[in-house]
Amino acid sequence: MSVEVRLPTLLRPAAGGAPSTSVEGATVGEVLRALEVAHPGLAGQVLTADGELHKFVNVYLNDDDVRYLDRLDTKVGADDVVSILPAVAGGAA
Amino acid sequence: MVDPEAEQRSDSQLVLPAALQAEVVAHCLAAFPEEGCGLLGGDPTTGVVRRCYPTRNVAASSCLYTVDPREYLRADRDAEQRGLSIIGVFHSHTHTDPYPSPTDVAQAPDPSWHYVLVSLRDELASLRSYRIVEGVITEEPVEPGS
Repeated sequence: MSVEVRLPTLLRPAAGGAPSTSVEGATVGEVLRALEVAHPGLAGQVLTADGELHKFVNVYLNDDDVRYLDRLDTKVGADDVVSILPAVAGGAA
Repeated sequence: MVDPEAEQRSDSQLVLPAALQAEVVAHCLAAFPEEGCGLLGGDPTTGVVRRCYPTRNVAASSCLYTVDPREYLRADRDAEQRGLSIIGVFHSHTHTDPYPSPTDVAQAPDPSWHYVLVSLRDELASLRSYRIVEGVITEEPVEPGS
């Protein structure tokens, strides 16, 4: 099924400039892999070479961080929205 | 020959109205002794901040910060509904200068963002803003706007 994926500003140019796009997938992992296939410029930006989530991005299913759900195995439905945002961190250390 | 990108960087500024500056500093003081952090919503083309989004520091540390991911998502949605974008992040250094640390530079998520640092080392808090592009730190003026 087709799922809406909302992209952060930084990744939009690699996906044609739009703030969101739709790809097929039944899990968050399938959606993110389909996103990379549809927009090869996004390869390596969200998933690592091993197919895991990069630590410097956060991926959400609707309102929830997928790290607190079933990560990439989290199931998605047609009305769900997958959002990607950068992890924002730093500090004096 | 002038490097257009360097030219653009040197021209950049952050317009942070006094009330929002006060909100940023107040959140950092409230988070003390931990680092305080939050996001700035505004216009990416002019660098004018219209809204401050204080967030929880999920690192809960006096020397590190991590913006709560869910609060970031909520802030991003709120900004979009208001016709704004998240254009930067602020955080405090509790005992050091208001200058980006190597950690700040290494983890800077977006070269288009403004990075606001608040130092609480001295009696009076000091606030500075920077651009961080490919590891290069450039300070920019902070204007209160009109």
